[in-house]
Amino acid sequence: MAETNLTSTAAGLICKGLTKSYNGITVVENVDLTVSPGKIVGLVGENGAGKSTTSSMIAGLVQPDSGVMLLNGEPYQPKSPKDALDNGVVLIHQEIRMVAGLSVAENIFIGRLPRKNGVVDTDRMFAESAEVLGRLGSKIDPKRIVGELSLAAQQEIEIARALSRKPRFIIFDEPSSSLGDSETQRVFEQIIALKEAGAGIVYISHRLDEVTRLADSIVCLRDGKPAATWNTGKVDHEDIVKAMVGRDFTYGHSKPAEAQDEVVVKVSGLGRQGVFDGINFEVRAGEILGIAGLVGAGRTEVVRTIAGSDKATTGQITISGKPVTISNPRDGIRAGVGMVPEDRKTQGLLLARNSMENMTLPWEKKLTKSGLVTAATLSKIYKKQREDLDIRGQAAVAVGRLSGGNQQKVLLAKWLIERPKVLILDEPTRGVDVGAKMTIYNSIRQLASEGVAVIVVSSELEEVIGLSHRILVMSAGRQQGILDRDEATPETVMKLAVQGHGLTVSLPIIRNN
Amino acid sequence: MSVSESSTKNISISLKASKTVTNSNTEKGRFKRIASRIPGPLVGLVAIFVLLSFLSPYFLTQNNLMNVLTQIAPTGVMAVGAFLVIIIGGIDLSIGAVLGFSSMVMAWLYKVEAWPFEVSLLVGLLVGALIGFINGILATLGKLQPFIATLATMSAAGGLSVFITNGNTENGFPAWFDAITQSTFFGIPLQAFILVGVFLLAAFWLKFRPEGRALFAIGGNEEVARLSGVPVRATKVMVYTLAGLLGAVAGLLVTSRLDSAQPTAGASDLLNVIAVVVIGGASLSGGSGSLLGTFVGLLIIGVLNNGLALLGVSSNLQPVVLGLVIVAAVMTDRKASKAQAGGH
Repeated sequence: MAETNLTSTAAGLICKGLTKSYNGITVVENVDLTVSPGKIVGLVGENGAGKSTTSSMIAGLVQPDSGVMLLNGEPYQPKSPKDALDNGVVLIHQEIRMVAGLSVAENIFIGRLPRKNGVVDTDRMFAESAEVLGRLGSKIDPKRIVGELSLAAQQEIEIARALSRKPRFIIFDEPSSSLGDSETQRVFEQIIALKEAGAGIVYISHRLDEVTRLADSIVCLRDGKPAATWNTGKVDHEDIVKAMVGRDFTYGHSKPAEAQDEVVVKVSGLGRQGVFDGINFEVRAGEILGIAGLVGAGRTEVVRTIAGSDKATTGQITISGKPVTISNPRDGIRAGVGMVPEDRKTQGLLLARNSMENMTLPWEKKLTKSGLVTAATLSKIYKKQREDLDIRGQAAVAVGRLSGGNQQKVLLAKWLIERPKVLILDEPTRGVDVGAKMTIYNSIRQLASEGVAVIVVSSELEEVIGLSHRILVMSAGRQQGILDRDEATPETVMKLAVQGHGLTVSLPIIRNN
Repeated sequence: MSVSESSTKNISISLKASKTVTNSNTEKGRFKRIASRIPGPLVGLVAIFVLLSFLSPYFLTQNNLMNVLTQIAPTGVMAVGAFLVIIIGGIDLSIGAVLGFSSMVMAWLYKVEAWPFEVSLLVGLLVGALIGFINGILATLGKLQPFIATLATMSAAGGLSVFITNGNTENGFPAWFDAITQSTFFGIPLQAFILVGVFLLAAFWLKFRPEGRALFAIGGNEEVARLSGVPVRATKVMVYTLAGLLGAVAGLLVTSRLDSAQPTAGASDLLNVIAVVVIGGASLSGGSGSLLGTFVGLLIIGVLNNGLALLGVSSNLQPVVLGLVIVAAVMTDRKASKAQAGGH
């Protein structure tokens, strides 16, 4: 591990060779980033490309395994977010983190309430909050309770909180994802004002038009590694998309077997108020439909409605020609829909129970013999699944102690004990190793060839393109199109995925300096 | 870069491997592994048992031990109900008040309203189940935290039991009813059979019936259970109803033993009942615990109270000892489960 020798005394935040791995999986590798005062760096990349981990390292939320950071020529090794703040570096999160029961001003000054004679100096707190909010052009009353305010207002407070610390370097992680057009406009004005005041800014976003208009330079990450760097913000979207997705396909997905003619599931006009809308597709027996899109596009929400995890507000689902009402997971299971949910740890598995108990949970009523669930029945089923899916690890061990790959296999096995008509897999290989990935891919193909209609939601383009017969691409809660296997390339999918944000705000023109 | 990374990986792997070797191959490791399988509460029970046998000559007599079993029967029946509720991640504070209330309803119907005794008894049991049902509805459809829901019903049931007879006790029940708590078979009190029967029934339900097995799933992660098609709300309501019913059964035992229904009966049992479940190793956050553990917890409290009385320790000091035992039990239990988790 050759230490990078940095002798630069240049002003700004310089990161060299940042690397971070979790449980042996490298999520960020050798990332370089230079943020100069008065400049905006656009940081782009697919889901899971390492943008958030990179910014977390800069903001002291996690510590890099290796790499160097320099702040105005001085070594910079933040041990905590507070440490980063003390150095003038602040991260504005994508998710808003507020204490709902406290006032706006208390949230802005949380952890460092101004004091006078041992009690909180509320006058000063409110005055300073009003001042910083005013700078943002916000009219929020600092005395209001945060819980009563809209998401957009909370985002403004989040920014105000960061600004009240007078930072010199600010990372915006998808600030516009929860904002409407006019609020986005205000945030942009803020960012530009900050830039002009001399702050160095990292701007992370999926919305390429925002990035290309704001940024002075752009860094694109892919699979945790730097994929491309431009020393200008004026970059063709096509080029960025290419850099985002242009990777070697490592799994050599073969063309899936021909689907049958029988339509198993048909979804028409499916919508959930305020979440997604106008989803239409059908999946035939033996067909694998991929659903692609960026985080927040509404993919998970769509499949959750089909499985009954959430209720649809409009639209119709037809299974094997029969219209069905699926208003809870039990209805879904009865109709033959099985779903491997997105987050196995909170939605899929009982981490404290063993593999067998986890697999048989949905089916125990059907597995009874003279009214009893017996260990013999269960272990027979368990053994078969264990063999089919090559699940390793002791049977009696709590699932939470298995590896990610084995956990995911257990979760898949859970929905195969009774063959579903429709199998939905939401991020089926998130956080699993290569070997387990291959097993899971093979099982998915095998199931399809047996006539199951399969829906795969995935943020990995390679996965979704490699597995599917057709790919439905979503953006901003809407279906942007369905691509056939022949026309689906990372570029065509990504193009649909980044469009449709309907960016109607006129971005302020940035002066060249 | 990649070289150093793989070498650190190797180191961590070999470290892990050497750890497993020492754990499984040396005598000490084996002993440790076996020791960590024995439930902590059981070790505690045996220790208390041995200690008391030495300290008091009367402790280890059949008479005394049968006495212990009779004393703990009502608490034990309630503890089963409390255990079921705790497994689903809830809590039932009303269980002691239900004991008193159902017993008073039965006594009032029989003595004051002159209903046939069998009918009064049945209504008494149903009233207990009804309060449990209300708890369940409040905790699910009403979206109240179980602590608050059952705090409210505890207060209401407690008030009603005093109200219906104006605070008077009702004495004198049919001889066969009193006989329930006085009969013995083969030298073992009938109450002990009832107690063990309730535990076995509940254990059977939890192990072999789909609805019972689902309790652990609900307590472990309600969302996972729901997404797996478990009828979460219905199951919860059923569990609270069962707990109420078991509170009423305990009420009958107490009434039979005293031949008297007292409005404030059971009020002081609540903490004992929860202590039993906690000492038995169940987690108050739900999803883990065993009825065997609860039974051991019950015996610990029973034996301890009995032993302290035999040793002439003031009954006012008994709760202090109970407090110490709770802390000791939970601390050792946590250590054991950490050891089992293998340092994860």
